[in-house]
Amino acid sequence: MVTKISLQDVSYWYGNKPALRHINLAIPANAVTVLFGPAGSGKTTLMRLINRLNDSVSRTRLEGKILLNGRDLYSPTVSVPQLRRQVGMVFALPLPLPGTIRENVLYGPKLAGIHSASRLNEILESSLQKAALWDEVKGRLDDLASALSGGQQQRLCIARSLALEPEVLLLDEPTSGLDPISTAKVEHSLVELKEHYTIIIVPHSVQQGARIADYAAFLLMGELVEQGEGATLFTNPRDSRAEDYVRGRFG
Amino acid sequence: MSRYRVQRAGFALLGLVSLMVVVPIVIVIGSVIWRGIGAVNWAFLTEMPSDGMKAGGILPAIVGTLLLTLGTALVVIPMGIGGAIYLSEYAPESAFTRAIRLAIINLSSIPSVVYGLFGLGLFVLLMGMGTSIVAGALTLAIMTLPMIISTSEEALRAVPLEFRMVSASLGGTKWQGIRHVVLPQALPGIITGVILGLLRAAGETAPILFTAAAFYLPHLPHSLFDETMALPYHLYVISTQVPGMPAEMQNGTALVLLVFVLSLNVVASIIRSHFRRRREW
Repeated sequence: MVTKISLQDVSYWYGNKPALRHINLAIPANAVTVLFGPAGSGKTTLMRLINRLNDSVSRTRLEGKILLNGRDLYSPTVSVPQLRRQVGMVFALPLPLPGTIRENVLYGPKLAGIHSASRLNEILESSLQKAALWDEVKGRLDDLASALSGGQQQRLCIARSLALEPEVLLLDEPTSGLDPISTAKVEHSLVELKEHYTIIIVPHSVQQGARIADYAAFLLMGELVEQGEGATLFTNPRDSRAEDYVRGRFG
Repeated sequence: MSRYRVQRAGFALLGLVSLMVVVPIVIVIGSVIWRGIGAVNWAFLTEMPSDGMKAGGILPAIVGTLLLTLGTALVVIPMGIGGAIYLSEYAPESAFTRAIRLAIINLSSIPSVVYGLFGLGLFVLLMGMGTSIVAGALTLAIMTLPMIISTSEEALRAVPLEFRMVSASLGGTKWQGIRHVVLPQALPGIITGVILGLLRAAGETAPILFTAAAFYLPHLPHSLFDETMALPYHLYVISTQVPGMPAEMQNGTALVLLVFVLSLNVVASIIRSHFRRRREW
């Protein structure tokens, strides 16, 4: 198992309020890592630290180290836009940018300085393919993204992240607003994507986590309670709190 | 009286009040057109005034107002939008920022004649521009700036925060997000603010009274440092200062000013609807 991202004694505060305490976690490459736990346990914060999206939040404090490929993400030499091309993110709600399907997918690559039309077309098709959306939209790439259904929009957002050819994909409850069929499609594409990407996902239910996890971490009120192979953590957790949560006794 | 009747009376009252707003506008515009249309012809629009303004056309006033409005636009558009972007996207919440905002609100309520005096002191006298188009345009720019900043800032703030976050998550710098996502979305609102500001500038007399306007100047300005005639001031002059002025020419001048202002308005709504077609989220 190759470690892609490693969190070393990470603690984080919003003002004086601790959000994460002493997190130690190694996220394996080319696998689906599931972060789960009740609301307010710090899952989203943890994700947003990995692509530094929380940089814009004022009055926060970070301690400890987060390494990507062994390199400190918060070292002053890191280019934040470059980092975000390496670490893509998909949010809970589908958030297409205003504009067409094509414009959405190519927004990132264009900012990254890719201008060759043939290259952009390649990216457009391959990212929509990987997100299992190509067949549904190939005839109307210049339609407004807002005209797509919710499930399609969310797969568009996944395609948009993949268009940057990231190494890591962060997904924060990507299926919370989707119907079961769309959810199944998204889950299916995630399982296919893990061959090439490191995937970290906050599932929208414990069951979803159990379905897709290779590796899992259970967070509770900012603490990492238990981590391990998905198969073990979701069926036979060691910690009683993790067990209660997995069995649905609280949360 | 039954509740139903109270409601009916209430609606009738509201209808009457709205009518009281609309009717005067219709009457003013109607009477200007009615009494002025006879004076407006090609010669009126393209000739110099003659015979102490009692004859000839109003070309210098038209050109003057166009130049003043254009000059105002050149100064106020970059400054206003730039200021709005700073306030909405970059400025930290601090006492300093709050002071700026407070100043902007207060500046927009200052009477225009005060701006005129300020322009006289700063541009005409201190900076030595003399009574000139440049001094007038700068004075008008300062007058319209607060309004353009606050409407533009509002338009920028109306763009959902999520778009900035999405742009950042796709490797966009803060400026790229503003440039490619936020600004295009805010543009209809910004354009509305800019045009309303310019309309006010085009129609004002007091700010140019001491800074740019000439009483009677039967030729076109030779440079931007010349003084100039302008439609609103010309209208004031021929309505109050010239005995024996034909009423038709007064109304004709008013009509030209009105058409200029209304057509700017139409341009604004065309641009707005053009951009709004792309605005869906």
